[in-house]
Order: sequence, then C-alpha cells, then structure tokens
Amino acid sequence: MQKIHKIASEIEKDSIISLAEKGKRLDGRGLEDFREVTIEAGVIEKAEGSAYVTLGDTKIMAGVKLEIGEPFPDTPDKGVFTVNAEFVPLASPVFEPGPPDEDAIELARVIDRGIRESEAIDLEKLCIIPGEKVWIAFIDIYILDHAGNLFDASTLGSITALLNTKMPEVKVENGEVKILDKLVSFPIRKIPVSVTFAKINDKLVVDPCIEEEHVMNARLTITMDENDNIVAMQKGGAGTLKTEDIYKAIEIAKVKTKELREKIPRGVSNG
Amino acid sequence: MKFIKHEIPQKLITEDGLRTDGRRFHELRPIKLEVGILKRADGSAYIEQGRNKIMVAVYGPRELHPRHLALPDKALLRCFYRMASFSVEDRKSPAPSRREIELSKVIREALEPAIFLERFPKTAIDVFIEVLQADGGTRCASITSAALALADAGIPMRDLVSAVAVGKVDGHIVLDINDLEDKYGEGDMPTAMMPRKKEVTLIQLDGQWSIEEFKQGFELALKGCEQIYQLQREALKKRYIEIREQAAKEMGENAENT
Amino acid sequence: MKSLKVLVGDKMPIYFQSKDIVLPGDLLAEGDYKAGTGTFKEDSKIYSAVIGLFEIRGKILRVISLEGTYIPRPNDVVIGKIVDVSATNWKVEIRAPYLANLPAANYFDKPIDPLKSDIRRYLNVGDIIVAKVVSFNRAQDPLLTTKERGLGKLRGGRIIEMSPTKIPRLIGRKGSMVNMIKEETGCRITVGQNGRVWVSCKTPEYEELIEKVIRKIELEAHTSGLTDRVRELIRKEKERLKK
Repeated sequence: MQKIHKIASEIEKDSIISLAEKGKRLDGRGLEDFREVTIEAGVIEKAEGSAYVTLGDTKIMAGVKLEIGEPFPDTPDKGVFTVNAEFVPLASPVFEPGPPDEDAIELARVIDRGIRESEAIDLEKLCIIPGEKVWIAFIDIYILDHAGNLFDASTLGSITALLNTKMPEVKVENGEVKILDKLVSFPIRKIPVSVTFAKINDKLVVDPCIEEEHVMNARLTITMDENDNIVAMQKGGAGTLKTEDIYKAIEIAKVKTKELREKIPRGVSNG
Repeated sequence: MKFIKHEIPQKLITEDGLRTDGRRFHELRPIKLEVGILKRADGSAYIEQGRNKIMVAVYGPRELHPRHLALPDKALLRCFYRMASFSVEDRKSPAPSRREIELSKVIREALEPAIFLERFPKTAIDVFIEVLQADGGTRCASITSAALALADAGIPMRDLVSAVAVGKVDGHIVLDINDLEDKYGEGDMPTAMMPRKKEVTLIQLDGQWSIEEFKQGFELALKGCEQIYQLQREALKKRYIEIREQAAKEMGENAENT
Repeated sequence: MKSLKVLVGDKMPIYFQSKDIVLPGDLLAEGDYKAGTGTFKEDSKIYSAVIGLFEIRGKILRVISLEGTYIPRPNDVVIGKIVDVSATNWKVEIRAPYLANLPAANYFDKPIDPLKSDIRRYLNVGDIIVAKVVSFNRAQDPLLTTKERGLGKLRGGRIIEMSPTKIPRLIGRKGSMVNMIKEETGCRITVGQNGRVWVSCKTPEYEELIEKVIRKIELEAHTSGLTDRVRELIRKEKERLKK
C-alpha cells in the first residue's frame, strides 16, 4: 500500500512532460545535465574500502570487505567478488524492511556486470593458492536517501570503494596462508562508469530525479570503460525505446562517463 | 579494517588513569550530531560518537499496513536497528541477527515513553537506524540520534531521550565505553533517560557489578546523559538557526540584486 | 536557558518570549494558561511538545512547529490525489496518516447507479482534486466532499508542496498574502490546508515564480514584514521575466 507514493499525479506528469518538450526540467537542469555529484572515499575505517556518494539529494554508501575463501571450481586461479544492494527503509517511504527485492537485486546485478565485464578487477591477482585459497571481495551498497538514479550513484560508489580498498600481502608457508603486515592496493585496472536515462514521452533525460522516475516510460543504463567500450546495458520500465534513442544515449554516455570518471578520487587510503 | 593488527593492550587503563583512547574515566568521546540530513525521510539525524557512525530516519505518523496491526487508540511505534555489512571488522550478513532484533526492541521501548503516541491513533511511526560503523555503545548512540530524528519529524514528545553506556574496565567505573573496553572490559551498562524528570527508559547490564559499583555506574550514566542532552539541544537549535540563516542570506541576496 | 523569566502576575511566570526557539520538554510557563498546539500540560505547568517558535496569544500558549504531519480537521480545504477507486467510492491521499474517502454521493449532484456507470470516468487514479473535509474522528477515516463552489477536479497547472505548519503564513491574515500574490501575478492559486498548493499561470515561468515565492514564505515564515518583501520579490522577478 506504500505504493501510493509511486502514483504520479496527472498534473505532475503533464508538467514534467510539457517541460521536457521545451527542453526543461523541474529542477532547472537541461535534459543532458547531471545533478551535483560528490564522491568521498575511505569514510568507513572498518571497511577495507568505502565510498559515500551524493547525486543531488540521492545518497549511497558502498563498502568493501575482504575474506579468504575457496575459488569457484571452474576458475581455480581467480579471486571472487559479489555485489549486493540493500534498499534500507531509511531511504524512502516505499522501501520496506526485509531481504532485497527485485529492484535491489536488479541494481546489484547491473553494477556487478559493469565491474565484471569491464574486467575492472584483476581477479588473477586475488589468487593465493590455485584451487584452494583466493581473496573474496564483498561489495555492499547501502541506499541511504532515494531521490532518483540509484544506478549511477551506486556504480560510482562501488568503483570508488574498490579503488580505495587495501589488502594485506600474504605468503604461503607449508600450504598455510600467512597474512603479512604490509597493505597493498586492490588490483583495479579499469574504471567502469554508468549513465542512466529516463524516457519521458519521446524525450531522453539524463540522471532522472525521483519525480521523473515516477512518470518515465522507460529507463536505460549504459556502462562504459575508459576506452568507450560498452560493458553493461540495462533497459528498465514497462515502456519502450526506439533505435535512435539508444544510439543517442550511447553518444551522450560517451561524453558523460568521461566527466563522471574525472570526479572519482584516486589514491586515497582508507581509514 | 580487520587486516591492520590491533594490539590488544595488556591494560585498558594506564597507571596515570588514562583509557585506551586517552580519556579520563568520566569523559565522553567526541560527539558530532546533525539533524535533518536526509531528504526523503520525515525526520532524520546523524551521530558520530568516537568512531560510531549512525544514521536514523523517521517516517510518520503514516498509514499502517497491514491494517490489522493498527492500534485503535494510539500510533504503533516500530523500530529497526540494523548494522551495515561493512560496519564491523568481519563482514556481517545483511539478514537481521538475534542481537539486532533484541536491540530494536529495547531501543523502541526506550523511545516510546517520550512520544505522544495517543495523538495519532491507527497510524505507524517508524524509526530506522542504520549503523554504518560500529565502535561500542551503538544502541545508546542510536537512541540519542533517534530522539533528534523524531523531534525533526515534528512528532510531539514529552521530552528528548538521552543515552550513554558506562562500563567496568580494569575495576574502574568509566563513562561511554569504546569498542575495546566493550570487548575486553568486565561489564557494560547501557542507560537512557528522559532528562527533564530523570526517568530511566533503558537499562541493561552485563558483567559482574557489586551493588556499590552499580550505584556508582548508574549515577555516572545519568550525569553522562545530562551532558549528551545538552549536545542534543544544541544540535536541534543549530538546525533551526541554519534554516533562519539561510532565509537571512536569501533576503540579503535579494537586497543586493535590487 | 531560563534567564528570560518574565513574570506575569504573581504566580504565573512565562519562561520564554514570543518567537523564541523551544524544544520538546522545555518548560514554557506555570499557572492558569491554556496548552495550545505544540504544547502539553502536566499539573499546572505547560511544556513544549515540539521544536518550534513559541507564541503567546493571551492565555493560550502555542508552539509553531517547523515540521509536522497534516492532521485533518472538519471544514479544511485540502488538495488530494486519487489513489484507488471502487464502485461507489474514491480513496484520496491527502498527505495525512489516513487515506480519505470521497463517496460518489459526495461528488455527484444526483444519485448514480453504480451498476450502470463507472465512476472512474469522472475521477481516476492520479487525478488531483480540491475537496473539503466533512468529518474526521478516531472511529472513521477522513470523509471528503467536492459539492461546493470551487471544489472538484484540478486540471493543468502545477502542485507545489510545503510544510502544512506554514500554510497559515501563505494565506496571511484574512487571505492577505495569497490575495496579494494572485493580484501581482494574475495566477490562479488554490491553497490546501494539507500543505499542497495548486497554481495555474499563463506561462511555466510564472509557475516557477510562485514556487520561488512559496519557498521564501516557508523559509521566512517567522519574520515580520513578509508580505512586503514577497511583493518586492514578485515585482523584481516580473521585471526579469519581461526582459
């Protein structure tokens, strides 16, 4: 029943649509403008890596925890990572306590795909004893204030937290793993960044705010690496996209991913 | 981060009477309180106490579903205390633990006496607590912060609620125990009160305390709550003054433009 | 904190001055006062229940809260969103903790046959209405009617939300503020007691102007001379729009 918050009023819908037709938006942005982005790295000392991202009024925290565990049988010489998203009820009147729902799982999987397909993490460097012991990285994303476009905020948060992650050097003695005091950077070699669009009537808008998400027909997220390769894409929403929408979105994403990547802090140590 | 080796000190209190973080017995950790930090919530607050980092959001009074849970004569207060997976040294599973469920209950019961629930029959008031980093005394820091989030939501209250944990560490009674003192000390006593009439709304205890030690600890907890209460008042007023200053600034800008 | 002891009579001290910021649990006064909104009485003492601005109105003491949920009162005009429809009733979200009911009989002038006509054709989910609260009590959800002049479905324009506690300031004494805004801008404005304002202007720029005005009123609700400053703002903005 908390879904009543998702029912957009006809008046709101009409005003967002008629503004978009004129190339305008509720908060005064242009159709291709992002809201203000801030990214802070290393905010949680107890995590191996962390990042706090604000995108307009949207706020998310991403944290990385490391454990030593077993590799998957089909990739015995590679480390493992998982992405999980928690839509905690703190963040929105429509979120309810409980295990991740389909929206949270979709978000986590799209973020996962961006990191995995761009081969952002050098998983081979996470191998300790092939077939037996590897590093496992848990990337957890907590949505703290949901004011729209969780995808881009979460992608930025996850990759920043990974860039910021420190792991101990290990050595193997008589088949035993020994953790050393020296900390090294987590092996990151690509920085995937996403740009999300909302289709409102026949206009594409970048970085939709929550009011726009309530009235959009469809959503499109495009994740790119620094070589302009598309590494993840996800259409959402019950509406449709046209070929020219997708082509146009790719051209915009090419520019915007570069701008966003510039904002990611580098070389900040955790804690 | 767990791979930095923490030395477990032989003694938690030095010969000079200093604690692991350099504090005296009766000193609080540095506390930062912020009110109104979240956009979507009806009320919100953030606390840093030592290395604790905790966010609280309040929603309500709002419609309660399923409706059969609704109380005919007052609002239903619900409270969810949760720890982020990365808030502790070893990753915590996001599914609620028995500890989190118990703490949610005692926190709710610590806040409930302060709220005029009878003014909103059949509704729900929800308090969501997210511990982003835990450093000992999280339930008390959560209560301190939740009271501010409730006030920020405009929910009528008889009083604020202030909370702090005292501990027994190397035989000494100390205020506002940190993570190490919590883990390696001999006892922990989280306490909350409504400051106006010094009514206790939470008390828990573990460890072994003589009656004398208990009384000493309890008195210290009440004094600590009083100090925290003053910080809470400042944080609430600051929020109000910020809004006023913002208004004054905008007036100034308007004057400049003309 | 209690240095501002103002004695009224012998045994009726008031501990704060009008427009002071007070917090939940603050002792406001002792003696024969009435506890108005935002306050409560224990024994013969009056305390604040919320964070807000203290107000003395004769013997009535009030605290005007910064934030607060809208609680419906009979005769309030509210702006609501239709969220559900049955054969003979609409459910209306009015920013209160209770969904309101608008029975078909309180909308149509003549009785209708629910078997023959679908009331959805008149008001559907997502539509915005302006309605009056007929009744509300603990036993029953708020009951609305639209059978009066100026009530019914709203079309076009824009909805602006503000804190319900600030609505009296937007209306002004006997409507002085809102009437001034209407005159200066030529916009149509309907104010809901539940903190929703509907505006419809000749151009979207004017609707943005009204939104600006409302934000100003919200921020400066506690200040005096606000009507003049708002008029000044509107005139300046109008000049800007002409260019």
